[in-house]
Amino acid sequence: MTENLLEVTGLEKHFPITRGIIFRRKIGAVRAVDGIDLAVQPGETLGLVGESGCGKTTTGRLVTRLIEPTAGRVVFDGRDITHVSAGRMRPMRREIQMIFQDPYSSLNPRHTVGAIVGAPFRVQNIKTPQGRKKAVQELLELVGLSPEHYNRYPHEFSGGQRQRIGIARALALRPKMVVADEPVSALDVSIQAQVVNLLDDLQKELGLTYLVIAHDLSVVRHISDRVAVMYLGKIVEVAPRDDLYSRPLHPYTLALLSAVPVPDPARRDAAQRERILLVGDVPSPIDPPSGCRFRTRCWKAQEICAQQEPPLETPALDEVTAGHRVACHFPITPEERTGRGAQQAREAAAAVGEADD
Amino acid sequence: MVIGPEPVAGDTTTLVAEETTAPPGAAKAIEGRSLWRIAWIRLKRDKIALAGGVVVIFLILGAVFAPFIVALLGHPPNEFHQNLIDINLGTPIGKFGGISKDFLFGLEPGSGRDLFSRIVYGSRISLLIAFLATAMSMVIGTVMGVISGYFGGWIDAFIGRLMDVFLAFPLLLFSLALVGVIPDRAFGLSGVSLRIAMLVFIIGFFSWPYIGRIIRGQTLSLREREFVDAARSLGARGPYIVVRELLPNLVAPILIYTTLLIPTNILFEAALSFLGVGIPAPTASWGAMLTEASHGLYQVDPFYMIFPGLAIFVTVLAFNLFGDGLRDALDPRAR
Ligand SMILES: Nc1ncnc2c1ncn2[C@@H]1O[C@H](COP(=O)(O)OP(=O)(O)OP(=O)(O)O)[C@@H](O)[C@H]1O
Ligand code: SF4
Ligand SMILES: [Mg+2]
Repeated sequence: MTENLLEVTGLEKHFPITRGIIFRRKIGAVRAVDGIDLAVQPGETLGLVGESGCGKTTTGRLVTRLIEPTAGRVVFDGRDITHVSAGRMRPMRREIQMIFQDPYSSLNPRHTVGAIVGAPFRVQNIKTPQGRKKAVQELLELVGLSPEHYNRYPHEFSGGQRQRIGIARALALRPKMVVADEPVSALDVSIQAQVVNLLDDLQKELGLTYLVIAHDLSVVRHISDRVAVMYLGKIVEVAPRDDLYSRPLHPYTLALLSAVPVPDPARRDAAQRERILLVGDVPSPIDPPSGCRFRTRCWKAQEICAQQEPPLETPALDEVTAGHRVACHFPITPEERTGRGAQQAREAAAAVGEADD
Repeated sequence: MVIGPEPVAGDTTTLVAEETTAPPGAAKAIEGRSLWRIAWIRLKRDKIALAGGVVVIFLILGAVFAPFIVALLGHPPNEFHQNLIDINLGTPIGKFGGISKDFLFGLEPGSGRDLFSRIVYGSRISLLIAFLATAMSMVIGTVMGVISGYFGGWIDAFIGRLMDVFLAFPLLLFSLALVGVIPDRAFGLSGVSLRIAMLVFIIGFFSWPYIGRIIRGQTLSLREREFVDAARSLGARGPYIVVRELLPNLVAPILIYTTLLIPTNILFEAALSFLGVGIPAPTASWGAMLTEASHGLYQVDPFYMIFPGLAIFVTVLAFNLFGDGLRDALDPRAR
């Protein structure tokens, strides 16, 4: 076991909801991230998956210290950066960089590609031996763009190309770690694979460590070594990739997996029928459910689920490997992963909440 | 990877070939087409705005080269030609207020001064005051708007209220009162230049909230864009973000609303001159000419009122048309 490059413990971010303009009163908080633990080893890729609004971006912005945590600890490369000041964080920013979700708003429309990709050198005041322009052109080539694009503006590029520009900018300072926030969500499906492959190649070439955020399990499958599943500000399951995809333990993970798009058109209809459709909306992060946060949509929920919050731990089951942890009182059993079991799960999931009506 | 057709592992080169197909038309242009260039192409198609722009340029040239123009086409603005005035009526001899090839816009009743020269010289006062006042509003408005939008919170709330106060200020009454108390010389200035300074100050200092509000709104929305986060994640400090990331995106709205504020300020200056708060006689100004004409003279000599009125109208219209066209060309929503 090597030292972790990034280690997050009990991380919380509560956005206060205030009333009044000059005299602010706090009337509540959005619990965007509510006590999560993560560890990423050097050279590894951790996938972080969850539905829209579950706190993925907030997590990314916390570990890159764009925002300050409400509670918990962020340790990067052996240094505690939880509350480090902007000035002290500055030199460390060379080592942890971010790729942003929206390729349309993450590039300044008034800057040329050269200015955008060269900004890291300018901001960090780094001398490039070969000259800044040459350095930028090398980066453009690295991400598969033509060096001749140097003087072009972002609006002249497609979404995929823009995302490559964002990747080039993130790599300019040769960071150890890159946090990629839904790097392909905004792109055409046909281009998603290309960008994911580029990230994969760059990791091998530059020995990068990734935290890759995505909202469905298919995107991170290819590049992740381990995957963490997030629901409403909490990590509900984390496991080595193959364990998670073949033996999901959390009902939410099982539902997400059943929704993974199937590439083979012949099987698509069948897959649609096998999908576990969750009933109801994601509860509000302002007032999350007691106990297990998934209980309002879980077909396995029992009384204890409302009373006790299940800890994230490795259950004492034969089939479960060491690094596989789940926060559930009643993890998915092997029977439930069979055809018949899945059928029952589907029906049960669809029936959740009917008793209340 | 299960999304889409599985590409051959690591074939970044082939996909570049397919993905880098540049947008149509840009194929040979290696030099990027900046948003300014695109706006200019759009503006060129807008004939009405261009016409406004051409008139604006002529007006500015006219004001700058007033002495030459007058030397060529008229008489000194304060030269009396009472021999051309009907002694009994006080109106210019001849039709249409005495228009002739010597006096293109006719003569001023009573004194017989050349109206053309006075209109040309009057444009200097109008444009000078409007430009300086607008520049002052632009600077104050931009600084306050950026501060308000960038910092938010109580600073924003405070500046917001301040703008309300300025907009609600009874400005006309204030300027009338100010003229009563202003000394003959102050701040090392006297006479006409003191009046100009005072008008610039009154107009400029009270119209900045128009620009301030717009810049605040724009800053507020720009601040949330991911490129600001991207700059911060590189370690950029506040001044860098404001100057390098926000300001380039604010130049367009600043330009648009500055252009649109100029005609408002021209009208304001004319109104103040009309009320007698403006530039003292005998310096020519459009507003003061209208005042003179309004003292009953327009009934006997309507041309005395028509020319300064027309001058104000054409100038305001030209600036508005140009400003509107500029907005259409630069408007980010059209993109
Ligand atoms: N600055 C903020 N102030 C208040 N609430 C916020 C802020 N940023 C995020 N939130 C809230 O925190 C929650 C989590 O947001 P976050 O952006 O982290 O979600 P996400 O998982 O990235 O979603 P998506 O897939 O849509 O990007 C949301 O309910 C969001 O409304
Ligand atoms: S703890 Fe209970 S409610 Fe939560 S996922 Fe497990 S079974 Fe469902
Ligand atoms: Mg997000």
